[in-house]
Amino acid sequence: MDGSGKGNLDQVKHVLLVLSGKGGVGKSTITTELALAFRHAGKKVGILDVDLCGPSIPRMLSVGKPEVHQCDSGWVPVYADPQQQQQLALMSIAFLLEDSDEAVIWRGPKKTALIGQFVSDVAWGELDILLVDTPPGTSDEHLAVLENLRKHRVDGAVLVTTPQAVSTGDVRREITFCKKTNLKILGIVENMSGFVCPHCSECSNIFSKGGGEELAKLTGSAFLGSVPLDPLLTESLEEGRDFLQAFPESSTFTAISHIANTLLNSLNA
Amino acid sequence: MQCENICDTTTLKIMQSELGITGKKESKLRHNIHVFLCIACLNLLSFLLDCPGTSSDQAGKSSACQGCPNQSICASGATKAPDPAIEEIKQKMTSVKHKILVLSGKGGVGKSTFSAHLSHALASDSSKEVALLDVDICGPSIPKIMGLEGEQVHQSGSGWSPVYVEDNLAVMSIGFLLSSPDDAVIWRGPKKNGMIKQFLRDVDWGEVDYLIVDTPPGTSDEHLSIVQYLSGAGIDGAVIITTPQEVSLQDVRKEIRFCKKVNLPILGVIENMSGFVCPKCKNTSQIFPPTTGGAQRMCEELNLPLLGRIPLDPRIGKSCDEGKSFLTEVPDSPAAAAYQSIVQKIRDYCASHSASDVSC
Repeated sequence: MDGSGKGNLDQVKHVLLVLSGKGGVGKSTITTELALAFRHAGKKVGILDVDLCGPSIPRMLSVGKPEVHQCDSGWVPVYADPQQQQQLALMSIAFLLEDSDEAVIWRGPKKTALIGQFVSDVAWGELDILLVDTPPGTSDEHLAVLENLRKHRVDGAVLVTTPQAVSTGDVRREITFCKKTNLKILGIVENMSGFVCPHCSECSNIFSKGGGEELAKLTGSAFLGSVPLDPLLTESLEEGRDFLQAFPESSTFTAISHIANTLLNSLNA
Repeated sequence: MQCENICDTTTLKIMQSELGITGKKESKLRHNIHVFLCIACLNLLSFLLDCPGTSSDQAGKSSACQGCPNQSICASGATKAPDPAIEEIKQKMTSVKHKILVLSGKGGVGKSTFSAHLSHALASDSSKEVALLDVDICGPSIPKIMGLEGEQVHQSGSGWSPVYVEDNLAVMSIGFLLSSPDDAVIWRGPKKNGMIKQFLRDVDWGEVDYLIVDTPPGTSDEHLSIVQYLSGAGIDGAVIITTPQEVSLQDVRKEIRFCKKVNLPILGVIENMSGFVCPKCKNTSQIFPPTTGGAQRMCEELNLPLLGRIPLDPRIGKSCDEGKSFLTEVPDSPAAAAYQSIVQKIRDYCASHSASDVSC
């Protein structure tokens, strides 16, 4: 791409990164659910999936294997809701792979180069919020995203953790990464926070309890809320269904909506 | 320096600082690093231009190479020469009988938990020497899970001394080199690779029966490096961890492709977090539902052994947080029984295979 990609983020009002030092805590899940919540609130949303080795978002939004087209400004994002008014745009390396089981076995420099293109050369158009889903860690992908977003305002990062110490231990390092790179921390989400047995309603703290809130206190960050372990949410993500539309009565819906509204308020403030 | 013709000065300075080069390095080291930097630049350019690639037979010789400032380096064959560290590591690893990697394409499935408990289980035989190497540079969980947080690594004449949990169980992790739990390791690929090379070459493991290597999720620098650096010494095989749901399996299939591409034998697959039995009513819930048949169907499709399924048990996470072995804390639980059965299969595999039989 030559300079034709310049300005692709000019009409994106807010950029929000979803980070965690730890793998498997639900970054992609929270990114997907926040995007759906923002869309239900009438916002135009984009998701940039920069997890090049394990891109999960396309499946969670039931997008399948569309072709990525080019236009004068660059790559056209894939819309997760083509029947509607293109309210949810998505870009992921999953769309560029012929075979979905193919491994992307790239070292840092190659990942950095593609992420640069993803950030600058996708013709997002007008968006209220662009969510960036990241892989775990504090390495090439994270540095590449921030370097390429330098010219554009980044509102901040949402950090996802599970309650247990093994998770919060890694997320502390991610908080340090945010501080070192001057990335504002919008808050911490504690995911997989308790499991209510559907048979007897007994609550089990499978991944411990309270770690996210403690971490927020320890590091002076905002605590955005807890999302419980919910097999209905996991199933919805497996099948690419909109959980928020399907299960609006659930406590998980309440938890996610609360977090989304808190974020919307802080972005508009 | 020739690289300055390709990289702008700022990029070059960042790469130099990431590799820790100062003006006081010996000129030979500086030359090797210059070649390395040139190779790193060229690898980036090869993605973007029509460069045939630094390892290609056409390196330095194709028409696309004309005018490239580093054409002569490629044409000399320097870019295709194997890293001398591979031979050094091969020599170091002659005292290590079996090497097992614990992999998963997916994060958070229980690689570190399994690596730690596999090590504990193997070390429960006091006649065996076990070593656990944590190459998750950005998110080192092993020190906490092994109850070794705050421990530091010491240097001796024979190299770095690992930290001992038991007399026969040694551990190495970048976590031991960090002075605070808040320290972030914000390194790009080349620096992570350098650390992994040091772990393999410079740690004084001594005589070891089993070296278990815990890895981060993905198929990137760390995975390529560990396979490359152990290519002379040989790896017995990889254990692949997954959880039952398709969101996990889709990443794990990529990891399995990676193993096949680099000729890494797969001992088998473990399905972790496989169902939860409510402690009150004893009903089972599939919190991570196997919507596409779970690990069993994947193993059938890919002709791989399913080593076992481990159920979700809150006491596992609690033990990890407290740095204790779940196998000792709750030995009668179904999860502990599942672990022991899987560990025995791994012992049996190692007994009937030798790392020198396979080459990556």
